[in-house]
Amino acid sequence: MLRHASSRRAGKKARRPDLFWALLSVAAVVILIITAINLYALANGSIDSLRYFGLGFLVGTDWVPNPPEGPPLLGALPAIYGSLVTTSIALLLAVPISLGVALFQAELSPGRLRTPSIFLIELLAAVPSVVYGLWGLFWLVPFMRDYVNTQLKTWLGFLPLFSGPTNGLGMLTAGVILAIMIIPYGSSVMREVIAVVPRSQREGSLALGATRWEMIRTSVIPYARTGIIAAIVLALGRAIGETMAVTMVIGNVARISPSLFLPAETIPSVIANEFTEVSGNDLYLSALFELGLILFAIAFLMNLAGRLMITRLRFAGGSDKVA
Amino acid sequence: MSNQNTRRNVGIVILAIIIVAAVVGGYSYYMNTGGSTGTTQSMGTTESMGTTQSMSTTESMVLTTANPATSGEAVSILGAGATFPAPLLQKWTVEYKALYPWVTINYNPIGSGGGIQQITQKTVDFGASDAPLSDVQLQNATGLTLMPETLGGVAITYDLQPYGIANTTAINFTGDVLAQIYMGQITQWNDPAIQALNPNLKLPKAAITAVHRSDGSGTTYAFTDYLSAVNPDWKKFVGRSTSVTWPVDKLATGIGAKGNAGVAGTVANTPGSIGYVDVIYASGKSLGIGAVKNAAGNFVVPNLQTIANAAASATGTPDPKDLRLHIVNAAGDQSYPIATYTYILLYKEMSNQPSMTKSKAEALAKFLWWAVHDGQKYAPDLVYAPLPQNIVSADEQLLKSLTYQGQALITG
Repeated sequence: MLRHASSRRAGKKARRPDLFWALLSVAAVVILIITAINLYALANGSIDSLRYFGLGFLVGTDWVPNPPEGPPLLGALPAIYGSLVTTSIALLLAVPISLGVALFQAELSPGRLRTPSIFLIELLAAVPSVVYGLWGLFWLVPFMRDYVNTQLKTWLGFLPLFSGPTNGLGMLTAGVILAIMIIPYGSSVMREVIAVVPRSQREGSLALGATRWEMIRTSVIPYARTGIIAAIVLALGRAIGETMAVTMVIGNVARISPSLFLPAETIPSVIANEFTEVSGNDLYLSALFELGLILFAIAFLMNLAGRLMITRLRFAGGSDKVA
Repeated sequence: MSNQNTRRNVGIVILAIIIVAAVVGGYSYYMNTGGSTGTTQSMGTTESMGTTQSMSTTESMVLTTANPATSGEAVSILGAGATFPAPLLQKWTVEYKALYPWVTINYNPIGSGGGIQQITQKTVDFGASDAPLSDVQLQNATGLTLMPETLGGVAITYDLQPYGIANTTAINFTGDVLAQIYMGQITQWNDPAIQALNPNLKLPKAAITAVHRSDGSGTTYAFTDYLSAVNPDWKKFVGRSTSVTWPVDKLATGIGAKGNAGVAGTVANTPGSIGYVDVIYASGKSLGIGAVKNAAGNFVVPNLQTIANAAASATGTPDPKDLRLHIVNAAGDQSYPIATYTYILLYKEMSNQPSMTKSKAEALAKFLWWAVHDGQKYAPDLVYAPLPQNIVSADEQLLKSLTYQGQALITG
């Protein structure tokens, strides 16, 4: 009787909207409101450009904001292309390295090395992007020009990807610096999801005679794969929105080049470069807003794709306990 | 066990960093507040009077006629705009605060376009721009005027050290050659057009990488203003603007870099490159500085004297109602051809700005009066040329025409 009454009281208490409940709700709603305002401001700012250029903005390759006479001629394709290419290079390089770092830290690392290595990797995430940009411009660019690009050209120069003149500033260098910047994000999340793979999984695998590599391949990675994909999506979001470091090493040229050695531009770099000088040219400003909207849409689609992949993997028999 | 120890050590290190940061932060905050009140107390009316006496007669007259100094009412003035004059403006705000501690001026170097936008929307008390405003821009902001406050030059820089040409060697250029380089018509350093200008040099057979600003900039305005003045094709197909579409980019031999420092860094790191930067960013150590042929036919390197020569070549007092000036390709034997004025943007009738009060308007007018007179002496140290006398007179007339609710802010 007594117990019954108290449990009912507890139930009531849990449901009653108290201060804690209110605070959490406010936090959740504020995020939604901020996203909505953001989207509204971008859409509202883009109206002029959407009306004037229409869908042609997405496929236009010219970027002439201040022609000697006549209205501006603006197309977003070079920036979209640059964003997608640099982000792809970054992911190609960063995902295997992140996974390797995470596996090392979670599975192989001796105890006394583990904490310092985690600390150092996470320190990389705290370095401001402008510092990466400076390091990139003064160290990575000459290094890429004198060693990496020349070697690639010697051995793979028959591919259009690695052809043409190289002075170090370009999409490949931007992709490399992005990869370095997103490794800590990817590896942190991957390490956490690998760490929560139950001991029984590993022990079961080892008991069946698996080597350490086989254990990781057959038990740990499949168990953690949804979390690993979530980590990749997070890293991708960071890569595609990165501005300062990319601006400093990509060469900032509105051009679609097949060669990764050549300069290009990304959506954030165009906005960062040009928004300060758009006064008295409403269409130009509006076009920059529309670029922001496009970036928003790309990030949204990529997140969606990541989500879909996670759901499909779950139905396909992966674990739903992680991620 | 060792694991725990390491973790504890890391924790201690982080804690130590936080404590140090807190102490440093607190100390600097204390110094800021304590320091400024200390100055206010020590700088009474006596000292400001002393300063007034030391000034030239016209200025002391003006300052004593309408001086809010006696009251010492604290005013805070906010400006924003061009990055090019930012070092000088920031020097002025510090020096002015030492003279008149109750006047705080903050200048935010966000770029010319940002400055124009903010003064048009009246969110700042004054703006600054390197490029003179277009007629359209002036129509958007009724009553806005431009006041030239200093002038600078644009240096042509290059890196040919890997090809055996020292940075101390000045390569000769003409405006036409520069235009052709940036249009992609001249692509090699040993092109006959460049070699002919430099008979004593053996220019290398190396591709030219043309570096330009990726962000909008007054420096780009000055450079393209010059190229438009000397090359008709440039004027027709590219034009002059704070950001233009560079023909070299289409040929994949152009590179965009952010800011003067970005262009300087990119040129220094890219063998065979050429670029243009504000003179202050061009040092002979890491970059070569080119000589450019002026209107009189001489090859001139940019320095304080040659930039001042360019400004001095325009004589007569310009109309203070429209001080948009062009001094590219100026006359004079030793005038550097790529020079430009940079401007303060103000409303003539300051009460139009919602955040403006009479005391603020007066303080701003007096600060600018000081800047175009006494303030000019700080220019040479920062590699800006002092304003020539005819521009100072024009600025004086402009400042005297500033009003607050119809009342002149500077009289005498």
